[in-house]
Amino acid sequence: MPEEASAPRLLPAGESCVVVDFGEHIDYGINRRVQALRKALERASFPWIREMVPTYRSLAIYLHIPGEDLVKIHKALEKTLGSLEREEAHPGEVVAIPLCYGGDFGPDLSFVASSNNLPEEEVIRRHSGREYYCYMLGFTPGFPYLGGMDLSLATPRLAKPRQIIPAGSVGIADQQTGIYPMESPGGWQLIGRTPLRLFDPEREPPILLEAGLWIRFVPISPEEYRSITQQVATGSYALARQKKTMERGDTA
Amino acid sequence: MSILVEHPGMLTTVQDLGRWGYQAMGIPVAGAMDPLSLRIGNLLLGNPENAAALECTLLGPTLRMVSKKMLLVLTGADLGMKINGKEAPPWKVLELFEGDRISFSGPPGKGCRGYLCFAGGIEVPPLLGSCSTYLRGKLGGFEGRALQKEDSLSLGKPDILWERCTDLVCPEELRPQDPPGGLFRVLLGPQEEYFTDAGKKTFFSSEYVVSSAADRMGFRLEGPTVEHRDGADIISDAIPPGAIQIPGHGEPIVMMADRQTTGGYAKIGVLAGADFGRFAQKMPGDKVRFTSISVSAGRKLLEEQEEKIEELRRLRASHRSRPQPETWGQKELKEQKKPKELEERGTSRKKTSSAEPLRGRWHITISESNYSVEWEEV
Repeated sequence: MPEEASAPRLLPAGESCVVVDFGEHIDYGINRRVQALRKALERASFPWIREMVPTYRSLAIYLHIPGEDLVKIHKALEKTLGSLEREEAHPGEVVAIPLCYGGDFGPDLSFVASSNNLPEEEVIRRHSGREYYCYMLGFTPGFPYLGGMDLSLATPRLAKPRQIIPAGSVGIADQQTGIYPMESPGGWQLIGRTPLRLFDPEREPPILLEAGLWIRFVPISPEEYRSITQQVATGSYALARQKKTMERGDTA
Repeated sequence: MSILVEHPGMLTTVQDLGRWGYQAMGIPVAGAMDPLSLRIGNLLLGNPENAAALECTLLGPTLRMVSKKMLLVLTGADLGMKINGKEAPPWKVLELFEGDRISFSGPPGKGCRGYLCFAGGIEVPPLLGSCSTYLRGKLGGFEGRALQKEDSLSLGKPDILWERCTDLVCPEELRPQDPPGGLFRVLLGPQEEYFTDAGKKTFFSSEYVVSSAADRMGFRLEGPTVEHRDGADIISDAIPPGAIQIPGHGEPIVMMADRQTTGGYAKIGVLAGADFGRFAQKMPGDKVRFTSISVSAGRKLLEEQEEKIEELRRLRASHRSRPQPETWGQKELKEQKKPKELEERGTSRKKTSSAEPLRGRWHITISESNYSVEWEEV
């Protein structure tokens, strides 16, 4: 992947934001470097950093203004970039997301199956049979941009978007799969729903997933869905996490 | 201390300086569209600069005071404020008493967002460190929504010297300026290279009109289309406040307070931070133009803005220390018992009891730290 070798660029985004751009691609290697820089800067805890926003291919660094001289900021960023190599070795963690496929929870499962000439069970097997990399959060609070879906499941968006999609719904849009963190309108083909709450403003932290994590969907029954919903409500549900081991086919 | 909403106005929301720190989670900053006006309003009242106020859009609300006494100031756009039906000046700290009614007759001039600030600030439960309302996500502020009829708003505890802020005026030269011509300064980047030289020339030499698609999230502009080099789409990237993104149709969209955290359109530039609030005051039909400045020039403008804020702080200090017609707090002081040791001193002091030093204890909050001050008159 030639883009991994390209040098990151410091781009201005107004006087109170600097963007470190690693390359104009959706690429696992590039995104790992974004995460690595974010972690390194968090550890350095520079007083001039107001907050950081990692995306697929860049890290936006919002600055306190008035504050540090821009030349000094650029030097500090370049120095941090120069010492990133060690960070990239850790592929992070995998989080298990229980998911009840089909039925009322996934009204478009049969359409996704028929339009790809697959039985529904095979859609579930392929969708839950791999680990997805969370590149970034955005669009709405807590929405994870996931990479790595089996392309044999790709399905176009609904011609007419739904007005209300319940929180926790998991859908497919073209070559992407994603989870709706809060109730919203949308045009994704819904294949199931998770009882977990991806976004809860009263919780600290308010989001469940973060950029740089891996997730795996674990099929559950409607009974398990109800039981986990209760555990989530009482705060007794423990999220299953394990160290990620890279496998063949983890193309993200 | 509370306020009753008799009529909510067109769009009245509770806003502070925004929910910073959560953009990595996809949570928009929101906050005041014209943050400088909000800061000035809070400063005039002795509030922390980040205290929550009402952002009133075009047609302000009708409110009734339920508290005995309070102070308020309208900053930002002049929305034609009236108190008990009589015209009341903006940028001046006014006293209100129980039963007083605030209403608005609409903006007589330019600007569409007024900040109705109260001593002590609007009190709503903070969500993720901020009282700002994010309307699309139904988060924060007053129940995550714009005000409605019969809402009852609570006010926070005012600063100890709040009453001394009465009649304080922000002088004309310290208010946000909006010179005629509608020229706005822009810092190029982060994706200026996505546009052809001709496209950039079009953007910086044309007049644009604010379209009716202009809300707290962004202002879509109408005018000559800006040419891309090779398509408008980028791999999603962060969107700072005032970012000017240009989608495939070629017409610019300026991203405002409720902008999403990330987006996939190329950004030709970002409004100078010092011009953000001024831009937020523009209404559909207003004409705007853009000129390019350097990042260091943009920083200089912000420093100048901070100097004005500092000047206003000095002005407030001298206003508060002016001689008071009725010394504030006198009543409580008179009621205080004389310290025992003083009574036991020589009779000469007793005879001239008016010369006895006054003593007291004040509880003061400065920058969110509480101080207890014991004092004695000299």
